[in-house]
Amino acid sequence: MAYTYENVPTGEFPKPQTKVIWKTFWILFFVTALEFLLAFTMPAGGLRTAIFVLMTLVKAFYIVAEFMHLRHEVKGLVYAILIPTIFVIWLIGAMFIEGGSIYDLIHNLYK
Amino acid sequence: MAHSATATETNSKTSIWFGGKEPFKASYGKLMMWYFLLSDAFTFSGLLVAYAVLRFTKPSYYESEYAKQFSSIKEASENFVPSDMYWPIPERIFDAFPFFHGQHLPLVFVGLMTFILIMSSVTMVLAVEAGHRRHRADVEKWMLWTILGGLTFLGCQAWEWTHFITGTDKGAVRDVWMNGEWVKQTIHGANLFINEYGPAPFAFCFFTITGFHGFHVFSGVLINIIVFYNVAMGIYDRPGRNYEMVEKVGLYWHFVDLVWVFVFTFFYLV
Repeated sequence: MAYTYENVPTGEFPKPQTKVIWKTFWILFFVTALEFLLAFTMPAGGLRTAIFVLMTLVKAFYIVAEFMHLRHEVKGLVYAILIPTIFVIWLIGAMFIEGGSIYDLIHNLYK
Repeated sequence: MAHSATATETNSKTSIWFGGKEPFKASYGKLMMWYFLLSDAFTFSGLLVAYAVLRFTKPSYYESEYAKQFSSIKEASENFVPSDMYWPIPERIFDAFPFFHGQHLPLVFVGLMTFILIMSSVTMVLAVEAGHRRHRADVEKWMLWTILGGLTFLGCQAWEWTHFITGTDKGAVRDVWMNGEWVKQTIHGANLFINEYGPAPFAFCFFTITGFHGFHVFSGVLINIIVFYNVAMGIYDRPGRNYEMVEKVGLYWHFVDLVWVFVFTFFYLV
């Protein structure tokens, strides 16, 4: 449901609708708490990094979808924001992989 | 005259091609805020891409010769010594907390900062919600909490930067180029060229990325103060006006929180 700004008569305010807001807060809170738990219990490595990146994307989804209200906007706006972002996230991922292979190359060349 | 009547008609707001219909059912300001945030996301992505490449100029700590002498990752982590030959592990670098000098409290302070920023995002969205009800007192209350959260975050970051720049008591021994020769010298803290925690790009990326994010928080607080002033003056309660400006500044504020989520993962966790 898209937000509307109705002319509400002064003195009679509708009841606050904050259920979804607090639900989103608790999701963000628990995902962050879980990240901390993993940071101290799980040994560092590729799997842990993958889990961290996945959890970051989960948090990003909830911030953008609920807090920024994008989930409730028109589909055209959602795609206009989402599609370029997906390409950029792909670029970041690709450069992390590329950086790793450049490192391997240098490492093996001078060994 | 017929001609001028047509001109008036096409210029009127009711015509579909002349602003009569809002694209994506979003107002001009809100749509432009979304496009600005998209371009801002590209800016931060540029920084993250640079970090992604610079990160691999040196091996990770666990791949280093020094770490390989330990039997397990846990043991290697506990015996971490900073060096410019490998990238440091964050929980050994970011382990300080105000008033707990010299104690090893890994990631506690940055955890607090994360909590403050998420909390201020929640109060911001509560302000937006109150704006839809046109409840001025509630909007004022939640916007003030948001401004307070933003200022607290900035204070935390100022402390963290100061600590990062000043460095630990122990410091680290580095080869420094002085008077035409390399000399061993104990250095404390960090600047853009040398730091005690790891290779030079480590501090460089830290200053650039968290600095750019902090600058966004700072501008967000300023914009929040301006909008709070307008709310308190009753500008959005005037006939024909509404509280959409709170929603627009809210979008910006959530974006700042969003960027922090990424900075937190890439800089403090992995």
